[in-house]
Amino acid sequence: MTIAIGLEGSANKLGVGIIRHTPSKPAEILSNIRHTFVSPPGEGFLPKDTAIHHRSWVVRLVKQALKESGATVKEVDCICYTKGPGMGAPLQSVAVAARTLALLWDKPLVGVNHCVGHIEMGREITGADNPVVLYVSGGNTQVIAYADQRYRIFGEALDIAIGNCLDRFARTLNISNDPAPGYNIEQMAKKGKHLIDIPYTVKGMDCSFSGILGFIDAYAGEMLSGAEKRDPDTGELITPEDLCFSLQETAFAMLVEITERAMAHVGSTQVLIVGGVGCNERLQDMMGIMARDRGGSVYATDERFCIDNGIMIAHAGLLAFQTGFTTPIDESTCTQRFRTDEVFVKWRE
Amino acid sequence: MPPRPIDGTLLKQGAEAHVYRSTFLLPNVPCLIKVRPTKPYRHATLDMRLTKHRCVSEARLLNRCRSMGVLCPAVYFVDEKRGEIIMEWIEGPSVRDFLHDCIDGASDPGKEEDNVDVRLDALMENIGQTIGKLHDIDIIHGDLTTSNLMLKHRENSGTTSEPQQGSQALLTADTSLLDFDVVLIDFGLGQVSNSDEDKAVDLYVLERAFLSTHPRATRLFDIILDSYKRNCLGSAVVLRRLQEVRLRGRKKSMVG
Repeated sequence: MTIAIGLEGSANKLGVGIIRHTPSKPAEILSNIRHTFVSPPGEGFLPKDTAIHHRSWVVRLVKQALKESGATVKEVDCICYTKGPGMGAPLQSVAVAARTLALLWDKPLVGVNHCVGHIEMGREITGADNPVVLYVSGGNTQVIAYADQRYRIFGEALDIAIGNCLDRFARTLNISNDPAPGYNIEQMAKKGKHLIDIPYTVKGMDCSFSGILGFIDAYAGEMLSGAEKRDPDTGELITPEDLCFSLQETAFAMLVEITERAMAHVGSTQVLIVGGVGCNERLQDMMGIMARDRGGSVYATDERFCIDNGIMIAHAGLLAFQTGFTTPIDESTCTQRFRTDEVFVKWRE
Repeated sequence: MPPRPIDGTLLKQGAEAHVYRSTFLLPNVPCLIKVRPTKPYRHATLDMRLTKHRCVSEARLLNRCRSMGVLCPAVYFVDEKRGEIIMEWIEGPSVRDFLHDCIDGASDPGKEEDNVDVRLDALMENIGQTIGKLHDIDIIHGDLTTSNLMLKHRENSGTTSEPQQGSQALLTADTSLLDFDVVLIDFGLGQVSNSDEDKAVDLYVLERAFLSTHPRATRLFDIILDSYKRNCLGSAVVLRRLQEVRLRGRKKSMVG
């Protein structure tokens, strides 16, 4: 029986989670709490402010997580933290906190790749055995499949991530960042009904979102400055809700298409969606229709595990720790760039 | 328009299209029918727009390639509303299958490795040349993978009278690989463009497909690039651009 505490802070969420692994049993989540830095509408979160947020909350969150878990410091076997990828300043704040805890409690440290954390947590929660993984978040868009001890990236966004595209469009429309810009776009999209023609860019198993963003930003800009846009078929006015709807329909169709290509390529029928954008129910629906057509199914988790959290770092860290992996304190750095396929996955066959 | 039942054998149910083998007009003219079925996960308007556009664009690109001397299947008939293209049947293995057989075969003690290597090198040279020619006529394939490169026995080469089937035949035959042409198929995501960026991304997609399917194929891909460099007029700029695309694709800022 092993217990790990995980600290995550690669973007605007600070998460602390405590997990227990018992051989031949599912992992037990003892606690999983999160505090999000929310920026005002029209603004993104800046690294400096986010780092300040993490520094001022980390002690409170660790204390609360320990209390909720019922575990004692003595029972904790290792401290897991996000080594990367992510924003430099927030990552550093959390790495400092992790190092401090390791020295204070005299526990080994385990540096974890954020993307691998998402994948392992998704597999654990959904029970998907060997799925093609679509990892979609504010900073990442990757189609991943496991082969020979690595999570290999089959396709990815060649420029900006899907979540970044949605977040930035939310800023253009001045949509609230609370609880998340993507969530608010999803709610607005439910009321949209006219599909406007948006560029659709798929290149093999890769895709691109910057052209879409540029197009829809310009379109929204004209609308905001008073230009009347009408649907060519019905003559009805195009609303901001229609823009959200069109953006989602187009961008998600691209994601489903590249995932389907990867599934055909590796011969898999399971899809696992992870990352913050993975909460989106429309994306889950579309993926489900595609997977059913191929005789398979889609696996997705809810916001507790899709959105960045500490428990996934604890879980992936503990998997590595159980194979004998630790990060010595003088190597316990963090890095903004850390590819998913750089991690040697010793714990899988 | 509803899909019609296809009179033929379903060969492949890919992510994008269903491919049938059938005959065209005469029972002795084999053909390939490519159908893009509707994708129920997409909005119907978007689905129709994409299906129609891809169908027409693919047929146009095939025609353009053929008229400019880049080998690809000839288009016999197009029904863009149903998402169908009927085209020439290409007999031969894909480069993907061929490489798998070569790499697996090379580890057999009975085979002469040098011989295989020479054949592979010649094939890579040929692939680089073909892509070079394609880019010189400003066509971007859009989905360059080893499955979309086929090997076809050259018709007018007098060395073998019988058409050979399958990659095993290619491997064991005495004839040099130079008797085989590289034929490009599946222009479904292709476009006409003279931009270095598009051409570089085309190469990047091939590189990624190559390295993810064949982890030991780095050396082979270098031969392709070298051949491309020599055979494509605009190659210098494109290859410089490829460096940028690699950096951006692989090491872009990734915030969790």
